[in-house]
Amino acid sequence: MLKRTCLFSTHQKLGGKLIEFGGWEMPVQYTSITDEHLAVRNAAGIFDISHMGEVTVSGAAAVDFLNYVFTNDVRKLSAGQGQYTLMCNERGGVIDDLYVYCLSKGVYFLVVNASRVQADVAWMQKQLAEFPRRAELFMTDASHNYAAIAVQGPRVKDFIDACIQGPSNCALRVPKVTDLKKNEIGGFLFHGHDVMVSRTGYTGEDGFEIVGNDQCIAEVWDAVLEAGKPFGIKPCGLGARDTLRTEVCYPLYGHELDEDTTPIEAGVGFFVALDKGEFIGRSVLAEQKAKGVSKKCIAFKMTDKCAPPRPHYPIWVKNTGLESPDESRHGGTGKPALLGNGARVGEVTSGTQSPSLNVGIGMGYVPPEFAAPGTVIEIEIRGNRPKAVVVKKPIYKKS
Amino acid sequence: MSDIPADLKYAKSHEWVRVSGGVATVGITDHAQHELTDVVFLELPALGRKVKAGEACAVVESVKTASDIYSPVTGEITEINKAAVDNPALVNTEPYANGWFYKIKLSDPAELNALLSPEQYGAQVGG
Repeated sequence: MLKRTCLFSTHQKLGGKLIEFGGWEMPVQYTSITDEHLAVRNAAGIFDISHMGEVTVSGAAAVDFLNYVFTNDVRKLSAGQGQYTLMCNERGGVIDDLYVYCLSKGVYFLVVNASRVQADVAWMQKQLAEFPRRAELFMTDASHNYAAIAVQGPRVKDFIDACIQGPSNCALRVPKVTDLKKNEIGGFLFHGHDVMVSRTGYTGEDGFEIVGNDQCIAEVWDAVLEAGKPFGIKPCGLGARDTLRTEVCYPLYGHELDEDTTPIEAGVGFFVALDKGEFIGRSVLAEQKAKGVSKKCIAFKMTDKCAPPRPHYPIWVKNTGLESPDESRHGGTGKPALLGNGARVGEVTSGTQSPSLNVGIGMGYVPPEFAAPGTVIEIEIRGNRPKAVVVKKPIYKKS
Repeated sequence: MSDIPADLKYAKSHEWVRVSGGVATVGITDHAQHELTDVVFLELPALGRKVKAGEACAVVESVKTASDIYSPVTGEITEINKAAVDNPALVNTEPYANGWFYKIKLSDPAELNALLSPEQYGAQVGG
């Protein structure tokens, strides 16, 4: 039995094509992925993100506990500030990537991936049970209390203030929503209900994410869609959410991140604060930062005209010095498989036809010697191996 | 409500067939292109290839997925639509006209009787 958000009937009314995602019945698109994607890049789009999880952690020892289970330094956050961070196991493998917000001193609000809510809460409870100062903090899975939407695009700032009126009454105190800077969060009143608004998103565009209870979020959706109409707003599904984040090379858990992949390998070492003190996975990550990794996350663009790259398609390179007519090595973990001219060295983790660039794009993992921008690679697609080139992240950049 | 021309025959897997002489033209229906939305790539069978009815012989790629196309009839590929390969959007805008996929010389015209009529296909897709 799939779960449904409070916006389910709205999705049906708007003609959303519903699919399964992380145990939820969600819209993959309303009109077309390309239209919705371009609406976000050029005007505005609204997304139901109610399937995501929310966890509250509060108390005198909250900051110490969070700094122990997360890679980034939570002490950097003052009231009303948030940061992207990762939660790792002892091997440095990623349990989840998430946002942590400081709402006020000792009060923290986490927003986690829909597919990882149970894993995250179980892990944190396990760590909490052994945490010396556990009596000085309190943790709650509040996911069932909250719905959420994302409003993203260059025109959002032109209509959001009329929709959700300031000033804010908690977290960061600002006169209006658009006074929030990137990663900042404030509490506002919408038709008498409390909502949290953060200047964050998963699309590479300016925008906001709005969290509140079910009834209120359904009303916020309608109000935002109405206010955004003159500016070209469109409802957007998970399909566009995926093409948008792939263009700007944001990782997706289960693709670029998993429990056997570290933040260093994934290229998000910037969010690992090795100097903050001890945290779970620190020794592995420190060694990787010092000595290097055996696999690296790359971004690539197809250079031959071909079908789009997709997750799990093999990545090949030629002229590796590994080719030998007498040897045949089994394809698999770290050992290149030989087939004709070239070696299979890795795998695509995300891939699509880029609606903004009109070319196949993607991300994947290869040994570090093949990860330099400019390296020519091949993507195996139905027996063919069209060429691609490794590029710097992000693949799409606003000009 | 999708468009289902009266002069064509249809396969359950959403391909259409237009017959002229002993040659059939094959494409995908309005319903199918509407489900796929933005077609970004088309892979068509090689000229001269012999295909059996029900055999996967082409691939349509949208932004989100790759879909196999199953030949509704048995025969030899005599022509492919280069215009649609160069401009895959034709599959969405003109699924029954310039968005056609390939022409095939029928080896067993009796197979056409096993295909769906416009009414039967309409009942299947509810259009």
